[in-house]
Amino acid sequence: MTFELFLFYVFSAALLYAATMVITQRNSVHSALFLVLAFCCAAGVWLLAEAEFLAIVLILVYVGAVMVLFLFVVMMLDVDQASDRAGYMKYAPVGVLIAVVLAIELMLVVGPGNFGLDKFASPIPHAADYSNTKELGRVLYTVYMYPFELAAVILLVAIIAAIGLTLRKRPQTRYQDPAKQVQVKAADRVRIVKMATEKKWS
Amino acid sequence: MHFDSSTLIPVLPEIFILTMVCLIMIIDLFLDESQRQTTYLLTQISLAVTIFITLLVSSPETQVVFDGSYIRDPMSDGLKVFICIISMVAFVYSKEYLLKHDQFRGDFFVLGLFAILGMMVMVSSASFLSIYLGLELLSLSLYAMVAFDRDSKTGSEAAMKYFMLGAIASGMLLYGISMIYGATGHIGFSEVASAVATSGTDNTVLVFGLVFLVIGLAFKLGAVPFHMWMPDVYHGAPTPVAMFIGSAPKLAAFALAIRMLVDGLEGLHADWQGMLIILAVLSMALGNVVAIAQTNIKRMLAYSTISHVGFIMLGILAGTNEGYISSMFYAITYGIMAVCSFGIIIAFSRKGFEADQLDDYKGLHERSPWFALMMLFVMFSMAGVPPTVGFFAKLFVLDAVISVGLTNIALIAVFFSIIGVFYYIRIIKLMYFDKPVDDTPFEASIDTKVVLSVNGTSLLILGLFPASLLSICTAAFG
Repeated sequence: MTFELFLFYVFSAALLYAATMVITQRNSVHSALFLVLAFCCAAGVWLLAEAEFLAIVLILVYVGAVMVLFLFVVMMLDVDQASDRAGYMKYAPVGVLIAVVLAIELMLVVGPGNFGLDKFASPIPHAADYSNTKELGRVLYTVYMYPFELAAVILLVAIIAAIGLTLRKRPQTRYQDPAKQVQVKAADRVRIVKMATEKKWS
Repeated sequence: MHFDSSTLIPVLPEIFILTMVCLIMIIDLFLDESQRQTTYLLTQISLAVTIFITLLVSSPETQVVFDGSYIRDPMSDGLKVFICIISMVAFVYSKEYLLKHDQFRGDFFVLGLFAILGMMVMVSSASFLSIYLGLELLSLSLYAMVAFDRDSKTGSEAAMKYFMLGAIASGMLLYGISMIYGATGHIGFSEVASAVATSGTDNTVLVFGLVFLVIGLAFKLGAVPFHMWMPDVYHGAPTPVAMFIGSAPKLAAFALAIRMLVDGLEGLHADWQGMLIILAVLSMALGNVVAIAQTNIKRMLAYSTISHVGFIMLGILAGTNEGYISSMFYAITYGIMAVCSFGIIIAFSRKGFEADQLDDYKGLHERSPWFALMMLFVMFSMAGVPPTVGFFAKLFVLDAVISVGLTNIALIAVFFSIIGVFYYIRIIKLMYFDKPVDDTPFEASIDTKVVLSVNGTSLLILGLFPASLLSICTAAFG
């Protein structure tokens, strides 16, 4: 067994363990942290497949940004875990059955019978100065320009949808209007009232 | 890669609509509540110009640009024009509803335009990647539109269900695509087709991927047993959104099926024919039978949609050009019928009253004879009674199915259509033979009335002269 193969098995085993823990943990903060571990292991597997850029992006974007945000949301929410679990045992047998059938089918289809080395030759390792990032960039902005633009539009829709669903003006909310604050003059705030003296001081 | 500005000419409709939606979004920011009509008018104008541009760049030959990501052919032209027309009609009715219910906001039209862009992308995609992105663009806009009325509990529930099931469906579809990529090494439809032709069809990985593709497709079309989201979404979503989901996206879903199954995997016809037969028969059976038990007209129309989806699949599974033509004819006809039926529901609704119970339609004839007649056209057309266009749609599909020797399937389709006639005719009975329970005068703006009249009578006119619509569909598969 080469060192690379050894690393592959380590990462894969850790990935499977982390993924199982994500869906079985009772505490959602633990689930989110296991998801981070799962992402890191997946990034390791991708590194072994010479997809350096994607591996780094997975760590930077998903672990660094998405999961941190996710953890914040999970901590902010008051999740009622008891009611979440209601009906869990009722659906568990069906879920397990489907999962087992799917897993067996997958192993039969995506096994060496269809994707073995006799069907697909093993890829030739690239030279040390080969830049994965450069290659990706080259096709992303030329051959895949149209899908790239579409992905940008989808992100735009996501922003609009998120704002549209959450932004609302509540009439009872008190808020400051900076424009009005800046324009205010001393005369608007303080009224000097001149009064005649009513009683002589003695 | 070869690129010059002439590459952009076939893509002009999409580019125009994207530019316009960005413009409308910014203009809408600076409008007062009282000027909100401007957003609506700009939306309608952009759709009209998009139709014009689509016709301008159309030609009988096929053009593939952007390195095999984008295809422009007669089918995409025809479907784009009808998607825009049906959406324009839907927006007229939507404006009526939104004004009546004090929900007239710009983001409804902006999201609607994005959804239309997504449909247009789907209709003219030449690779699995662009069709998936188009589908996501459409779905994402629709999820947000279902939750449009933020104070409605049923609306939020429907949006959540739609989002969850839609995400699962997209996952299935993507998994199927990845399998097909694994088996052929390509994501372009024409490359996949030639790879299938050379590698042979007894490839386990291909068929495995195909199963997931068909599941994803059935989810998006709403075919049994992947239909669970439809009644809840139709019921829970605001009526204009239900109308929008139920009309034009069916044309896009038809294109999704044709592009993936016919353009990409026609070599596996023997495999997907069997899957579609199961889906189609189940859809027609469950849709028509369960619709009888509904008391809410929106839910009833949801189950009726499921049965119509069965018919659309029936045409595709025939696997002949005749079948695809009949299926496209059916999809377009269905879009026109669906938008008209929801238009009438909207026209009869008012603030605090949705007009979504069957009993609300009692004695409609006495309150508004003309619109009761329009509803009669819609119901006859959906039931497939001549001389309305729905009859010809069913006839062409059945003809195509019989000509490939699937007579039993055609008999099942006829059998369940006859069951379906019951609940359509029941509405006609309620309208014409029952006493009205509600005497509130019928109020709708003049443009809604005009468009509704044109929409309703078009079902009759297209039924009397089906050749015009049929020639468009025939040209698509010429």
